[in-house]
Amino acid sequence: MIKLEKLTKIFPGQKEAAVKELDLEIKEGDVCVLVGPSGCGKTTTMKMINRIYEPTGGKIYIGGEDVLKMDPIKLRLDIGYVIQEIGLFPHMTIEQNVATVPNEKRWPKEKIKEKVDEVMTLVGLDPNIYNTRYPSALSGGQRQRVGVARAMVSDPPIMLMDEPFGAVDPITRARLQNEFLRIQERMGKTIVFVTHDIDEAIKMSDTIAVMREGVIVQHATPSDLLSSPADEFVSNLVGRNRSIKRLHLIRIHEILDEIDRLKPTPENASTEEIQKQLDKSEIRAVMVVDRDNKLKGIIGANDLKQRTGEVAADYCQDVTDTITSDATLNDALSVMLEAGEGYVAVVNENDQYEGTITLGDLLNVVKEDS
Amino acid sequence: MDSLFGHLLGVIRTAESGIALSAQSENPGLITRTGSYIVRRIDLIGELMLEHLWLVILTVIIAVIVSVIVGIIISYYDNAAQVVLWVCQILMVIPSLAMLAFMVPIFGIGFTTGVVALILYSLLPIVRNTYTGIRELNPAIIEAAKGMGMTEWRILTRIKIPLAMPVIMAGVRTATVMVVGIAAIAAYVGAGGLGELIFQGISRANEPMIITGAIGVSIIALTFDFFMNWGEKRLAAAGRPGRGQNND
Repeated sequence: MIKLEKLTKIFPGQKEAAVKELDLEIKEGDVCVLVGPSGCGKTTTMKMINRIYEPTGGKIYIGGEDVLKMDPIKLRLDIGYVIQEIGLFPHMTIEQNVATVPNEKRWPKEKIKEKVDEVMTLVGLDPNIYNTRYPSALSGGQRQRVGVARAMVSDPPIMLMDEPFGAVDPITRARLQNEFLRIQERMGKTIVFVTHDIDEAIKMSDTIAVMREGVIVQHATPSDLLSSPADEFVSNLVGRNRSIKRLHLIRIHEILDEIDRLKPTPENASTEEIQKQLDKSEIRAVMVVDRDNKLKGIIGANDLKQRTGEVAADYCQDVTDTITSDATLNDALSVMLEAGEGYVAVVNENDQYEGTITLGDLLNVVKEDS
Repeated sequence: MDSLFGHLLGVIRTAESGIALSAQSENPGLITRTGSYIVRRIDLIGELMLEHLWLVILTVIIAVIVSVIVGIIISYYDNAAQVVLWVCQILMVIPSLAMLAFMVPIFGIGFTTGVVALILYSLLPIVRNTYTGIRELNPAIIEAAKGMGMTEWRILTRIKIPLAMPVIMAGVRTATVMVVGIAAIAAYVGAGGLGELIFQGISRANEPMIITGAIGVSIIALTFDFFMNWGEKRLAAAGRPGRGQNND
C-alpha cells in the first residue's frame, strides 16, 4: 500500500541527512509504528509521505502511484493527518473543525453534517453537545479525539499520526489507545504512527520500524521485535523487562476464559451467601451485580463484619476503577497499581460485569510466556 | 453626529456658567470666551470637523488596504519583511512637518498631499501588526491546515487572517489615533480640517480658536479610540472561543 524507496531528506544548511536511503513497505490495513529516540528521523519520514516535507531523493508510492508526481493538495485530502499538538483551529467550532476536509472537497452540506455527527459519535463525543463548542472548552483528551475525528471524517484509506496521544495523562492515553484500536479494527485503515514510546509502539502496531539516525534498524512484528531484537540498540530500546512488555500484546478478553473469573454476587444475596462466596474468593472480596448484570459495587471481608444490612446491596461499596475487556493486560496492571489493589473488575461497554482479573493471573501469563 | 455635538455643547455651557458664576468676573475668562466662540462659529467648526473626519477616514481606509496586503505578502518572505519594516520605521520617524514639506513639491498644496503623507505615517503600525499577527500564529495550526489539504489561499483566508484579526485591528487603531493627531498638522499644507483653527488661532493670537481646534481633535481621537477598542473586543470575543455561542 505504502512503499518508500531509498527515501532521503537533507534539510537545507545541514550536512547530515535526517533520513538516509530509507526503504519501507507497509501493507494495506496495517498499523506501522515508527519508533526511535528524538532526532532519529521518524517524524521527517512520516511528513514526507504527505509532502509536508519534500524528499531530497528517493521515491514514495501509495497503491503503486508515484506520490511525488501527484498534486500535493489532492494527495493530502485523501490522507488523514493527526499531529502531536493536534492543531485544532481555535476560532472554529468543533463541527467546523471536523468538517475541514469535507469542506475542501466541496461535499454537499447535508452529507458533511451527517458524516461529522457519525465520526464524532465514533470517537465517543456526543455531537449534540460538542459540535457547537470551541476547542478551548474541551479537555486535552477530548481535543485529541476531535483531532482523530477530523482526520477520519472523509474516510481516507491512509492516516498519518504523529504522537496523537502524546499530550494527555497516562490513564487517558491508555483509554484513547484502546478506543482507537477498536475503531481501527472496524475501519482497517493503513496507518503510519509515530511515537517515541516503545510501549505505545508495541501496543498499537502490526509492525514496528525502529529508527536510529535516519535509518531503519529493524522492521518486524512486535512479538518478533521482543523475542529477537536485531542488535543492541533495539534490545536497549525494548528494555530489559521484555516479559512485562508482552503484557501490551495480550488483551484481557483473550485470557478471560482461562482464568477463574470470580462469579458475581446478585444484589439480593443474603449475608450468609455473601459470606460463603467471600470464603471462596481468592481476593477476599466479591463483586455485586444488579439484575441486568451491571456492576453495582464490591464487598470486602471487613464490610461484612458489622452486620449492618440484610442483603448484598446494603453492604456494597463503590468500585472506582474498572477496565474493559479490550484493554491490554498492561492497562489492567496499571489500574491495579494505581488503585493499590491486587485485582480489577472487567466490564463491557454497558458496564456489565465480565469477570475479575488479578495480579496472580498476570503473573501466570508472564510465566507461561517466557 | 449632531446629537453628540449638541450634548458636548451643553456640557461646555454648563461648565462655563458655573465657572462664570463662581468667578463673578467682569472680564470674561478663557473658557467663557471659548464657549462663546464655539457658539458663534458652530457652522465653521462643524464643517472643519467633518473635513478632519473625512481626511482621517479616507487615509485609514487606503492605509488599511495597502498595509494589510503588504503585511500579508511579507509574511511569506522573511528577507523582504526586514526591509519593508525598516522602511516603514524610517517613514514614521520623519517629523510630520518635514514629511509634509517633502510632499509639497510632488503633490502641490492641498488635500492630496495631506492624505499621502498621513498614509505614509500609518503604514508601520498596520504592516507590522499584520506581519507579526500572522507570523506568531501557532505553527501547529498552520501545519494541520496544510496537512489536511487546504490550499495556501484557503489557509490565508480561513485560518491566518481570522486568527490574526485582533492583532491587525490593534494596529489599525494605533494608526487611526495617530492620524487624527497628525491630520491637524496637515492643515499647514492646505489639507483642511481642525488644524486650520489651530494654525489661524496661533497666527492671530486668538486663544479660543486654538483651544477649540485642540478640543475638536481630542474629541475625534477619543471617539475613534473608543469605538475601535469596542470593535476590537467584539472581534476578540468572536475569535476567542469558550463563551462564544453568539457568533456566526
